[in-house]
Amino acid sequence: MNLQFPDLTPVMPELFMTALALILLCTELLVKKKGILAALSILGVVVVAYTLIGSSGTTFGGMFVSDGYSTFFKVIFFVNAILSVLISIKYIAIERVNFGEYYSLILISTLGMMIMASAADLIVLYLGLELMALSTYVLAGFIRYDIKSNEAALKYFLLGAFSSAFLLYGISMIYGLTGTTDIKSIALYISEKGLTENPALSLSMILFAVAFGFKIAAVPFHMWAPDAYEGAPTSITAFMSVGPKAAGFAVLGRVFMIAFASIKLEWVAVFIPLSILSMAVGNIVAIAQTNIKRMLAYSSIAHAGYALLGIIAANNEGLASMMSYLMIYAFMNIGAFAVVIMLRSEDFKGDSISDYEGLSRAHPLLAALMLIFMFSLTGIPPTAGFMAKLYVFMSAINAGYTWLVVVAVVFAVISAYFYLRIIMYMYMREPKVEVSLSTSPSLGLALGVTTVAVLAIGVFPLYLVELARAAISGF
Amino acid sequence: MVPLNWYMLLSAVVFTIGVTGFLMRRNIIIMLMSIELMLNGVNINLVALSHYLQDMRGQILTFFVISVAAAEAAIGLAIIIALFRNKATAHVDEVQEMKG
Repeated sequence: MNLQFPDLTPVMPELFMTALALILLCTELLVKKKGILAALSILGVVVVAYTLIGSSGTTFGGMFVSDGYSTFFKVIFFVNAILSVLISIKYIAIERVNFGEYYSLILISTLGMMIMASAADLIVLYLGLELMALSTYVLAGFIRYDIKSNEAALKYFLLGAFSSAFLLYGISMIYGLTGTTDIKSIALYISEKGLTENPALSLSMILFAVAFGFKIAAVPFHMWAPDAYEGAPTSITAFMSVGPKAAGFAVLGRVFMIAFASIKLEWVAVFIPLSILSMAVGNIVAIAQTNIKRMLAYSSIAHAGYALLGIIAANNEGLASMMSYLMIYAFMNIGAFAVVIMLRSEDFKGDSISDYEGLSRAHPLLAALMLIFMFSLTGIPPTAGFMAKLYVFMSAINAGYTWLVVVAVVFAVISAYFYLRIIMYMYMREPKVEVSLSTSPSLGLALGVTTVAVLAIGVFPLYLVELARAAISGF
Repeated sequence: MVPLNWYMLLSAVVFTIGVTGFLMRRNIIIMLMSIELMLNGVNINLVALSHYLQDMRGQILTFFVISVAAAEAAIGLAIIIALFRNKATAHVDEVQEMKG
């Protein structure tokens, strides 16, 4: 038997990431200072990002592909991982859960996302998804002594496992129909045999939509998100509101645009209500929240609805706008969570919206930063959030969904209420409690990077958009 | 020889029992068992189809599903134990620290 060794160039970033996570796990035994582990993991991620260059290609018999599309998403995951580590360093010490596994788990979860973005086969896709999800469940429950964190992990775990069973049933249906799990061959088989009318195909498409609806927290599959986001450690809330969502969108783009390309009309008809419901429920329920983490959870549900518009457009322009949306979302959302983390100190929770009252008096700089992130999440120029929404809306209009964009804009206006309410509290109310900030150089660095990114992309958006377009061109 | 659609019917029934169990039962351990039932429903489907199509992919995926399910059970039980230490319950309706 002739066994050929597979070409490892396309999987180099993943191999490096695995090695990094395992080395970190061993270093944890030897190194007492946890800051070194964080520095090592950031340095490692930068090295892994460097190996992305020249990693393009297909390997393992076409099961794993590294192209512009996956590379762009991997950059989002690296940004997410680095910023999450930066905002964690002091925070997990305050929460008294300063364990070394924390950083390895973040890296392993990122590894799972990378595999998802690169999966050209449903088996690889499933394994990547589980690798990502299982490590995120543990991270959500990382504050073991806190029952809220336990509950967050429990809910996230139960519904995540439930949704991945749906995904598997969808995979088994499509495997029975086409006899393959390779995404490109599925599309080829369906168009060759004329199976577009087959009910099993529609059923498996719906099962896929359900499973990834859970992952991106789209309504009506969002029930876990508010509880999981509120209970999880704040740094992990930031991590899991960006990473798993972006990974879910990466898979949505690849599976639906390639494997289900022949039933485009049907899956667009499934995603339109999901998108409208996400925007509606996310933006309206967020108004009633008193906890800022929970409010940002509903906001993240709404943002999934906006980004879905790029999928609904169902062309390369739509995908490119969705990709730049997620990149911008990573910066502005983690920036907002960095501010939330800064308010948390040893004896002060700081996650209630009323804690922001009069913040501008005592801490004008922090209030100004929060203002930028809230403007960006609302979508007010000259911040990046405006550009993100603009490109997604434009791609949906060009695809002929003007009415849908009108609906989206109406909900974006509603969202201004609860984002601007924070600003109103910070600038127009008298302070009730004395807030002492827990500053640290790494948190400052994260805030600086996210602020500069939000403003720079807002003023010069073309660079990012061109990058996304170039990334998608070979799709 | 048992025809393929009997296997697929069995798989659909086992999967549906799992879904119903997950939605109806309120004990976390039983919900975990329902998820296992759903996964095993999928496994029956995959193995039957794999035999019918004379293709190994289905059985390979089944092995992966079994091993991932083991990891999932380990993590799920660990979360339940962590919860049980703080609040001695295995009933989801009693785990309600957050509302809104």
